[in-house]
Amino acid sequence: MSEKVKFEIRNVNLHYGDFHALKNVNMDIMENEITAFIGPSGCGKSTFLKTLNRMQDFEESARVDGTIKMDGTDIYKDMDGIALRHTVGMVFQQPNPFPKSVYDNVAYGPRIFGIKKKAQLDQIVERSLRQAAIWDELKDRLNKSALGLSGGQQQRLCIARALAVNPDVLLMDEPTSALDPISTSKIEDLAVELKKDYTIIMVTHNMQQAARISDRTAFFLLGEMVEYGPTAQLFANPSDPRTERYITGRFG
Amino acid sequence: MDKRIASAKRADKIATVIFCIIAAMFFLLLFGFAGYVIIRGIMSAKPSMFGFTGYDDIGNQLFNTIYLVFISLLVCVPIGVFAGIYLAMYAKPGRFTKFLRMCIETLSSLPSIVVGLFGYLVFLIVLGMDRSLLAGALSISIITLPLITTTTEDAIKGLPSGYLQGSLGMGATKWQSVYHVLLPACLPRIMTGVILAAGRGFGEAAALLYTAGSGSRLYWASTNIHSAVNPWNVMRPAETLSIQIWNLQVNGQNQDLANVSSAVLMVLVLAFSILANALSRHIQAKNAGQVSGGKKR
Repeated sequence: MSEKVKFEIRNVNLHYGDFHALKNVNMDIMENEITAFIGPSGCGKSTFLKTLNRMQDFEESARVDGTIKMDGTDIYKDMDGIALRHTVGMVFQQPNPFPKSVYDNVAYGPRIFGIKKKAQLDQIVERSLRQAAIWDELKDRLNKSALGLSGGQQQRLCIARALAVNPDVLLMDEPTSALDPISTSKIEDLAVELKKDYTIIMVTHNMQQAARISDRTAFFLLGEMVEYGPTAQLFANPSDPRTERYITGRFG
Repeated sequence: MDKRIASAKRADKIATVIFCIIAAMFFLLLFGFAGYVIIRGIMSAKPSMFGFTGYDDIGNQLFNTIYLVFISLLVCVPIGVFAGIYLAMYAKPGRFTKFLRMCIETLSSLPSIVVGLFGYLVFLIVLGMDRSLLAGALSISIITLPLITTTTEDAIKGLPSGYLQGSLGMGATKWQSVYHVLLPACLPRIMTGVILAAGRGFGEAAALLYTAGSGSRLYWASTNIHSAVNPWNVMRPAETLSIQIWNLQVNGQNQDLANVSSAVLMVLVLAFSILANALSRHIQAKNAGQVSGGKKR
């Protein structure tokens, strides 16, 4: 397992208006690992994921307290939200390719950041699609609409789109919950492959998925992070009775 | 029990018949009305009526109508699209936004004769323009502005939220997301709104009565843009088809010409309406069967 801390999270609280959505979260997320967040619906796991790339900046009522440091830099005080999202890419629950061609989807990020040269963009598009293990399927239809792809292909395209801007971290918010089992296993294999180069943080509603691919798992309940540890240990030997009740399927 | 089912079935049949009758009524109304106007137009038509002399023909008026609507779209489309983007993406819920929405709703139901008087007051009296194509076009844009605004707002709000989230998640700004992802995605729907707005503009008469004037003589070879007979001069008075119909009826000069003019206007409005419909159907089909949309590219 990795030794280097990527995210250092201390006393993070999040409020939506009067609602206390995250309660005093403390954890260290390691580099080049897959960290899974599990927990029942509404437990705050997705909300917490979004604090890591400051997607809450776009929600009026959200207020984040505490410190989150990435590689030692406070991402709320010493970093620009846009620069942060450049480094911390995100993949969403529903595959959300833009209604553009496959090529334009992947080239979107680089173009936003000012890369205009065709040759350079071609190279980025090919590299990103190869990394997302979808180049062979899509190389002949780069100019076709991304909306015509299957759900699983769309999701891998979205991963390629996120990789195209060279992030360090990939946040995945239940990336397989809208997909069939075959597409799911492709995305899982891909995540394991990608952790060599990226830090991956994945929210999942599926405990087996967390057990299969993650190095560490955090269990959330009612806005609280109940337990966090190496995945094998958390599933085999949970220290908190609530974790045990959840992973044995007694609620959630 | 059986009785209840029987009576429910009877009520169902009666309701179905009533709805069919109402639907047929609309059908008859449109076809009867449009057919009457167009057929009377064809019966009254003489080839000379389709000339561009400005005397007893409709060519120049047709040109004026299209040119005036074009100018008005130049004004109202950018403003309306930006207003729609503002309402969909930037307006914070609150009293100001509520008030703004109320203003737009009121604007859309304003009687066009009132808009005409407003145009007269503002563009002619206050700004000192003459009765002109521009003053008319600006008055028309007041009428079509709310239509464009609400179409744009609805179009943006109707997009899957994943488009915006995905773009913001890449590190794009809100404006970059709007400009590069959201606007292109809802452009066809905005186009439909623009076509509908153009349709409204073609038929508008009351708003032009006091503002556009009734110039119908054009010198097509004119190179002096300030001349009152230069077709492209927006500061010249310009009689549109609808104003021509009104003038002809009021003065009782040439009933046949009024019939032809009405028919041409009717066809123009119908054509735009059908075009808008076809476009929105095309978009719906594309959104529903995303695969066919993909194959086309």
